[in-house]
Amino acid sequence: MELVDEVRKGSVRALAKLITLVENEMPGGIEAMEKIYPLTGNAYIIGITGPPGAGKSTLTDRITKELRRQNHTVGIIAIDPTSPFTGGALLGDRVRMQGVSSDEDVFIRSMATRGSLGGLSRATSDTVKLLDAYGKDYIIIETVGVGQDEVDIVRTADVSILAVMPGGGDDIQAIKAGIMEIGDIFVVNKADRDGADRLVTEIKMMLGLSSTEREWTPPVIKTIATEDQGIDTLVEKIKEHREFLVKSGMLACRRKERIRCEIIKMIEHEIYRYLDSLIGENKDFFEQRLEDIVNKKEDPYLLAKKTVETIAKRISKNANV
Amino acid sequence: MNQDKRIRVLVAKPGLDGHDRGAKVIARALRDSGMEVIYTGIRQTPEQIVDAALQEDVDTILLSILSGAHGFLFPRIMELLKEKGLGDILVLGGGIIPEDDVPELKKLGVSEIFGPGMSSQTLINYIRENLSQG
Amino acid sequence: MIEEDIEKIQEETKRWNRDCLGKHTFRKRETDWGLEIKPLYTVDDTKDINYLEDIGFPGEYPFTRAPHPSMYLGKLWTMRQYSGYGTADETNKRYKYLLEQGQTGLSVAFDLPTQIGYDSDHPLSQGEVGKVGVAVDSLADMETIFNGLPLDKLSTSMTINAPAAILLAMYLTVAEKQGIGPEKLNGTIQNDILKEYTVRGTYIFPVGPSLRLITDIFEYCSKYVPKWNTINIAGYHMREAGATAVQEIAFTFADAIEYVNAGIKAGLRVDDFAPRISWIFNTHNNFFEEIAKYRAARRLWAKIMKERFGASDPRSWMFRFHTQTAGSALTAQQPLNNVVRVAFQTLAAILGGAQSLASCSFDEALALPTEESVRLSLRTQQIIAHEIGVTDTVDPMGGSFYIESLTKKMEEKITDYIKRIDELGGAAAAIEKGYIQQEIQESAYRYQKEVESGGKVVVGMNSYQVEEPLPKGLLKVDTEVGAIQIKKLKELKTTRDNQKVQSTLLALRKTAEGHANLMPPIIEAVKAYATLGETCDVLREVFGEYEGTSVI
Repeated sequence: MELVDEVRKGSVRALAKLITLVENEMPGGIEAMEKIYPLTGNAYIIGITGPPGAGKSTLTDRITKELRRQNHTVGIIAIDPTSPFTGGALLGDRVRMQGVSSDEDVFIRSMATRGSLGGLSRATSDTVKLLDAYGKDYIIIETVGVGQDEVDIVRTADVSILAVMPGGGDDIQAIKAGIMEIGDIFVVNKADRDGADRLVTEIKMMLGLSSTEREWTPPVIKTIATEDQGIDTLVEKIKEHREFLVKSGMLACRRKERIRCEIIKMIEHEIYRYLDSLIGENKDFFEQRLEDIVNKKEDPYLLAKKTVETIAKRISKNANV
Repeated sequence: MNQDKRIRVLVAKPGLDGHDRGAKVIARALRDSGMEVIYTGIRQTPEQIVDAALQEDVDTILLSILSGAHGFLFPRIMELLKEKGLGDILVLGGGIIPEDDVPELKKLGVSEIFGPGMSSQTLINYIRENLSQG
Repeated sequence: MIEEDIEKIQEETKRWNRDCLGKHTFRKRETDWGLEIKPLYTVDDTKDINYLEDIGFPGEYPFTRAPHPSMYLGKLWTMRQYSGYGTADETNKRYKYLLEQGQTGLSVAFDLPTQIGYDSDHPLSQGEVGKVGVAVDSLADMETIFNGLPLDKLSTSMTINAPAAILLAMYLTVAEKQGIGPEKLNGTIQNDILKEYTVRGTYIFPVGPSLRLITDIFEYCSKYVPKWNTINIAGYHMREAGATAVQEIAFTFADAIEYVNAGIKAGLRVDDFAPRISWIFNTHNNFFEEIAKYRAARRLWAKIMKERFGASDPRSWMFRFHTQTAGSALTAQQPLNNVVRVAFQTLAAILGGAQSLASCSFDEALALPTEESVRLSLRTQQIIAHEIGVTDTVDPMGGSFYIESLTKKMEEKITDYIKRIDELGGAAAAIEKGYIQQEIQESAYRYQKEVESGGKVVVGMNSYQVEEPLPKGLLKVDTEVGAIQIKKLKELKTTRDNQKVQSTLLALRKTAEGHANLMPPIIEAVKAYATLGETCDVLREVFGEYEGTSVI
C-alpha cells in the first residue's frame, strides 16, 4: 500500500488522498485502514460542538494557534451539512481559519455529512485515525452545529467542548434539549456581549442540578475568540481534563467504548451494504412484495426474515471464497 | 449509499479584490448541482490557495479575479501547484479577464477562462466533462 | 378629491378590469422584491397619500420631490466620472482631460493596495498596483494627482474607506501647499466601513476602532473642514453584490443609523454632523422603480432624522445623493448595447433627483474605460442636461399614479427591513450575524437563476445573441506601474527626514492608544511623508485587524 507508506513518511498529499479514498469508500480504503490502525492512539482528540453562530470555527482557529505556540502539531476536521436534496455541500469553515491555514504543521480538512446524522460524517472516525497515524499531536473536530443531534462527538473525541454565546435565548434552550450532558468543558464565547455572566450562571446551575454523579465538574470558561481572550485558559483546561482522564483511567475506558461503537457501526454498515445491493438488484421483486404486503396478501415479518437469511447466505458465500 | 466519487471544488478569490458576488453565486450553483464546494473567502494568497487544494484533495480549483491582477496571481498559483505535485487539478478562471490575456494563461495550464455572462450550467457541464475524461 | 368621485372611480376601475382588461390575456409582472405590479394605476392607488404631508414641496420636509427648491433650474448636478488608474501622473492627465471635456467634479478611484493600506512594495500588493485605480503610497503621489488642479474650485470625491482619514489628511495637505485653507474645500470621502465588511471587502481594522476613525473625522471636519462631506454612505456596492432596490436603501439606511448612533455616542450633536452625510447609490435598469426609490429614500431619511434622532436643522433631514449607473447591468456581449442601458439609467437618476452622477462606460464589463468611452458617457449626461427637456421643471414624475404608489410601497418595505435590523441589534450586529450578507446573496442567487432560466431577458447575453469578434482597443494598465511605484518609494525613503517620520508615527501610536482625535497626528505623519502603509501599520498594531467572516 503505497499511500500508507507515504503517509508514514509525512506526505501531505498522500494523507489527503487517503482521506478521499476512505470518504468515498473506494477500493483499497479498508485495506489501508487495516494498516493504519496499529499506528494510531497517540493523538489527543478534541471535539467542538454548539449551536450555529457560537463561533466554533474561530474557536478552533484560536485553540489551534495556542497549541501551535506550545509546539504541538494539529489536524482539523471541519464538518458542514450535505444538502439532502442535491447531495452537494458548501464547506465554508476555512474562511474563519485563516490564521492557521498556511501553517505547515496544521492540516485542515472540510467534510460534508453526506447523509450521516449526529453532527459528524461517516468517515470522521477514519479521518481521525489517518491524522493520528500521520503524527498530529492534537486533532480538533468541529461538528455541524445544528444543536440537537450532536451526541456522536462524545464517542469520537477524548474531550467534548460545548460552545455557546450570549443573546437570543435559544442557546440555553438548545442545551436544555439534551446536549448538556455531553460537555466536558463549556465555553461561553463572545463574552463581551450582554448576558454573558448570566449565561455562565445558568450553565453552572444546570450542571449543579444534574443528577449524574460527577468526578469531573465541567468548567465554564468565558472567551472572546476574535480577540484571543480566554483561549489560554481553555487550552489549560483541556490539558487538565486530559490529566484527569489519564489518572482516573477514564481515557482508556472512553477509548475502549469508542472502539466498541465503531466496531458495531462497521458491522452495521457492512450488513447494510449487502442489504442495499440486494434491494438494488431485486427492485421489482421488492416492489411486488410491498404491493402484496399492503394488500394483506403477505406479512412484512416473513419478508424481513427471508431477506436476512438471503444476506446471511451471501455473506457466508463471500467468506468462503 | 453513494459510492460515486463526489466532485470536490475549491472556489477561491486570490489577491486583494473583495468582489465576491460571482464566486458566491457560482459556489451555490455548484453545490446545487451536487458538488462539494470548499469556499475560502476573499484575500487569499497563492500559497493559501494551493495549501487548501492540497489538504482538501479537490478535483477542481475555480479562481475568481476582477481586479486585473491575474497576470501575477495565476502564474504564481500554477507554479506552486506544480511544485506540490498538484498539476493534475483542473484549474479554471473567472471574473474580468481580457481575451488578449487568455492564451498566455492557458499556456500556463489554466484549462478555461469563463467571462461575465457565462451560465453556471456551462461551467457545471465543463467540470463534469473534463473530470470524467481525466 | 371628494369621496363620491373616489367611489365612482373605484367602481369604474372594477368594471374596466372585469369587462375590458379581463377579455384580454396579459402577463403578470412582479418587482424583484415581490410586489405585484398592476396593469393599470389610477387615482384609487394614491387616495391614501396626503399631498401636503407625504409629498409636499421641493426643498421642504419631507423632501419627497427634491432636496432643493429650484433643483436643476438653479444648478445642474455635478458630473463626476469615477476614474483613476496606474500612476499618479497618468491619473492627473485623465483628470485634466475630463475637466476639459466639461466634467464638473473629480472622483478618485484608488488601487486595492491603497484601499487596504498597503504600500506598493508590500508582498500582498504584487500584481495589484495601479490596477483598479491610482496607486498612492505617500503625500508625494497625491501632490502629483492634483498637480495644476485648483482645489478651491473643484469638488473631489474619494472612494476610500478604511484609510479614509489618511487620504483626507493628504488632500488637506496638498490644498495647504496650494495655499488653500481647509474651510474652502469641497468634497467627499466614502468613509463607509460597514459595507466593506458586507460586500466590498476593503476593510482593515475591527468594527470598534473603525467607528472611532469615522467619528474622529466627523468631529475634526465639523470644526475645520465645514463644507466637506465626511461620509458617503454607500448602497452602490450592495446593489452590485445582488441586493434589490429595496434592500439597497434599507441596508444603507441601517448602516447610516449605526453611524449616527456612533456619532451621538462619541458626544457629538446630531445637527453638527448629520448635514455632512452624503450617499452613493446604484441606478439600475428598472426605470420607474429607480425613480420611486430615490423619492422614497428622501422622504424616509427626513423622517428618520427628524423623528428617530430629533434632528432640528433642516439640512440634517436632507437626503442628497451621488449615484453611479449599474456596472453589474452591463454586458460583455455586444458592449455597444451598454450605451443604451447607461443612457436610460442616467435618465432615471436625473428624474430621481440626483445631486451628482457618474455614468458607466460601455466597455466596463471588459476593462477600465478608454478616453473615448468615458467621454461618451459624459456626453450622455450632457445631452440629458441640455437637450431633452427633463430638467425644465422640478420632479416631473411627481403625481404619476404609478410613481407615487410605488414610492409609498417601497418606503413601507424599506421600513420593514430597518425594523428587522433594529430587532437584531442594529447594522453592526446584523452584519456580525451574517443577516445582511445572507439577504443580499439570496437576491443575487435568485437573480442569477432567473437570468439562466431565461425568465429575465438580458439582451445580447441570454437572448438576441450574435457571433461577435473579440473586442478591440481596450485600455490596458501598464504592467510596469508596480515597479515604478516601488522605485519612487525607495527614493522617498532616502530623501525624506526619517527621524521626523519616526517621531510623528510614535505620536500617532500614542494617540491611537488613548482617546484623543486621530486626525491631527495623522496629518503630521502625512506631512512628514510617512507612507500610507507605515501609517496603517501603526494603527494595525494598536487596533488589530478585522477578520473576514465571509457568509455563504
